[in-house]
Amino acid sequence: MVRREAIVDIMENITDEIVVCNIGFPSRELYDVKDRPENFYMIGSMGLASSIGFGLALARPDKDIVVIDGDGSLLMNMGSLVTVFAHNPRNLTWIVIDNGAYGSTGNQDTYAQVLDLCEIAKSVGFKNSCNFKDIDLTDVIKSDDCSFVVYETDAGNSKAPIIDLSPIQIKKRFMKAIGKQ
Amino acid sequence: MDSSEAIFDGLKDVGIDFIVSVPCVNLSKLLDMIDEDEEITHIPVTREEEGIGICAGAYLGGKKPAILMQNSGLGNSINALKSLMELYEFPLLMIMSHRGTEGESICGQVPMGKSTPRILEAMDYRFFKPGNPDGAYEDIIEAWDLSCEEGKPVSVLLEISYW
Repeated sequence: MVRREAIVDIMENITDEIVVCNIGFPSRELYDVKDRPENFYMIGSMGLASSIGFGLALARPDKDIVVIDGDGSLLMNMGSLVTVFAHNPRNLTWIVIDNGAYGSTGNQDTYAQVLDLCEIAKSVGFKNSCNFKDIDLTDVIKSDDCSFVVYETDAGNSKAPIIDLSPIQIKKRFMKAIGKQ
Repeated sequence: MDSSEAIFDGLKDVGIDFIVSVPCVNLSKLLDMIDEDEEITHIPVTREEEGIGICAGAYLGGKKPAILMQNSGLGNSINALKSLMELYEFPLLMIMSHRGTEGESICGQVPMGKSTPRILEAMDYRFFKPGNPDGAYEDIIEAWDLSCEEGKPVSVLLEISYW
């Protein structure tokens, strides 16, 4: 199975949560699979999905935030594991779709192929560091700690179209949908 | 007015309620003041680029964000400033300790210090260089308004002589 199927699985567990999605094919596939105004699609700034999600989690303690990240992007911003763990935002669920590849640039290998991302998060201190196949995502989202979830897939992109919303449209639609606390 | 207090007052008066930081010795007192303020969420970060992402999320969630850092952090953040903050037109106030300016004792700070204003110019980002605390207060007010208006990060550079 490839990333698109993982996104389908993840979105089956989503009701009113805010979703922040990684740049490139992940956002395109999410847009194709289940577009909704509460999705924030990254168009740039690879690596920062978890940071954007963390900022949202702090600003909106009344909302549950789900980040859909990738292994290559996580490796670009490893410091985020430390910052997020230290603050332990209970309303943040950080999912990494680990396909061992830089999918949007031609499926070049990432070092995640020789790493266990779950163990890395555990060693940082995450109490809830788990594999998607072992959990019920809805329970994890509602848990009292920040959660780190790895979803392992094969490399490969679907034929998802380019997102036909401008960044400003994405922002305005998203901010209107999530409202204010 | 004290140099750190002037900046703190400016931040408070424009309503900044969310700050990320990477420290500089010249920002020490200001960082302490922010930590003591209950209305401001302060998140120290591992690297400035990470902080830009956190500020973007906080803004989406309704906060008014600022980053406090050395000018070296500008170099660590350029792509995020362009392809996140500017792309989506998120406002951001950047309070930068401008090292490598007159009076610098660490030679390693000089190359980035010299290039910092020209990097900001090349990025087409406005910046202010206040010479005293009264100026810093006024510049912070103007910088935040400008950032909201333009949808771009605006900086206040605080040279060594400012402190």
